Amino acid sequence: MGLRRVAIVGAGMTKFMRRAMETGRELSWQASRMALDSCELTLKDVDGVVIGTAPDVFDGVHMKGEYLADGAGAWGKPVLRGYVGGGTGVFSPIQGWYHVASGLFDVVLVVAEEKMSTCHPHPQGAFLSIFDNILERPLEPNLIWIFALEMRRYMAAYGLSKRDIALVSVKNKRNALDHPCAQVAENITVDDVLNSEVMVWPVNRLDVSPVSDGAAALVLCAEHVAKRVTDKPVWIDGVGWHLDSAYWTNRELCYPKYVEYAARMAYRMAGITEPRKQIHVVEPYDPFSYKELHHLEGLLLCGKGEAPQLTADGVTQRNGDLPVCPSGGLLGVGNPIAAAGLMKVAEIFWQLRGEAGKRQVPGKPTCGLAQAWGDLMQVGTVIVLRT
Amino acid sequence: MVSGREYPGTPLSDEDLHQGKVLTVERDPNARYAWDTGVAIGRFLAELKNGRIIGRRCYRCRRTVVPPRMFCEQCFRPTDEWVYLKDTGRVNTYSISYLRWDASRVEEPTIPAVVEIDGADKGMGFLHLLSEVKPDDVKIGMRVKAVWKRPRDRVGSIRDILYFKPY
Repeated sequence: MGLRRVAIVGAGMTKFMRRAMETGRELSWQASRMALDSCELTLKDVDGVVIGTAPDVFDGVHMKGEYLADGAGAWGKPVLRGYVGGGTGVFSPIQGWYHVASGLFDVVLVVAEEKMSTCHPHPQGAFLSIFDNILERPLEPNLIWIFALEMRRYMAAYGLSKRDIALVSVKNKRNALDHPCAQVAENITVDDVLNSEVMVWPVNRLDVSPVSDGAAALVLCAEHVAKRVTDKPVWIDGVGWHLDSAYWTNRELCYPKYVEYAARMAYRMAGITEPRKQIHVVEPYDPFSYKELHHLEGLLLCGKGEAPQLTADGVTQRNGDLPVCPSGGLLGVGNPIAAAGLMKVAEIFWQLRGEAGKRQVPGKPTCGLAQAWGDLMQVGTVIVLRT
Repeated sequence: MVSGREYPGTPLSDEDLHQGKVLTVERDPNARYAWDTGVAIGRFLAELKNGRIIGRRCYRCRRTVVPPRMFCEQCFRPTDEWVYLKDTGRVNTYSISYLRWDASRVEEPTIPAVVEIDGADKGMGFLHLLSEVKPDDVKIGMRVKAVWKRPRDRVGSIRDILYFKPY
């Protein structure tokens, strides 16, 4: 296709917190500066900036991209804000990738931020505005409804129990104990999940990621720059994204076909023909416990309905054959929406460089994948990284 | 290296806010909207007022869809015909909600469900509520029927259907 190779050379992030003292702009600055420092570049080296952030309605600040721009290093530079709901965090580095792959820029700073705590009395209320304004909002849906409806359908399709699914929360919250930025890391049992408050059955409190404030940033660059600044570049070898219909009540909810299409696009680009063998570490999107399973299936890393067994067998543990969410994921580290997705890409970057500290998966992985998901159960974004 | 790195960010507790250790500025924008219901959904709502559910049919893919649309998003051409559907259907999926939209708690749970409507293509439904059934007795695939508001109380809204009940 005549595309240039694109490397990730630096990453940074803030702590994920229920409520940060810092503004979104300040959080963006902290993550951006950390990412640039990590690869010893300065803002002068940056040709363009991509800002990823989810609904303006959380912050109550319109034109949030412009609002964040100064903190995201975008002063006096070409800047783009992309937005595909929860999928934004993995979509932003894809946008950064095509800025560089196309030859337009040599160095791009990708910054994702979310400050959900601003919205009162509870940020969940802001999600009302994602539902159809005429046919659904009059029913006063809570965000968790659609997850509960999808989870119920998934359980019914494959005869799964809540116990099968709760294992994901147990694993991810435990993995997060080793993440210095984690908001809700803890050692819990399956029974703790099942005995936690029922929010919208079959979803209990410990099946859900928290609302969070936080930011993350990556530095992307072309091959000739990467060779100058690091001896450990991590290459973006495949990207994919796909959208399903917003008529979500007309679709089969038990399988995320749009994630499969996004994965196939990325696999084709990366030359991946047997994902289960060729990919060594995965960060699928896990805002709810069942979503990790749903997404492993959509990513073709196991057959339909088989992800719970993989989890029960310990395959997805950090020391398992296919480590899944070694970071601790959204369930453990936290879910500042766009920043959470970018945190997953940063985690794969650190894992492939052998820099994940206590979270490092064994076996010197050379290929990893991060995925995010969002909008009205309809968008999949996938990125494949290699050393 | 990640380990040993200092990660920025200053977490605040509820107490920090309540005790005024940090300042906040509040504003309630109270934004108001009046949405035009459009061609397809406008007709759909007008029919709900009449106590009927209506869909649209595309002659090319031969789907009968509900909620109706004037264009087929798959064939990307105009849909062709209005089709009256039944006010009965099957539960595609359901949940049991202890939360209001704003995350406040309710004592008596509501039962949101996707109801596939008889007369539309398989899997075609919309979001609504179930009632007159114990939460534990709801099953996927269960047959349900709309319970309507009295004709004089209907206004042309999805809430002209009070809920669906087993039948």
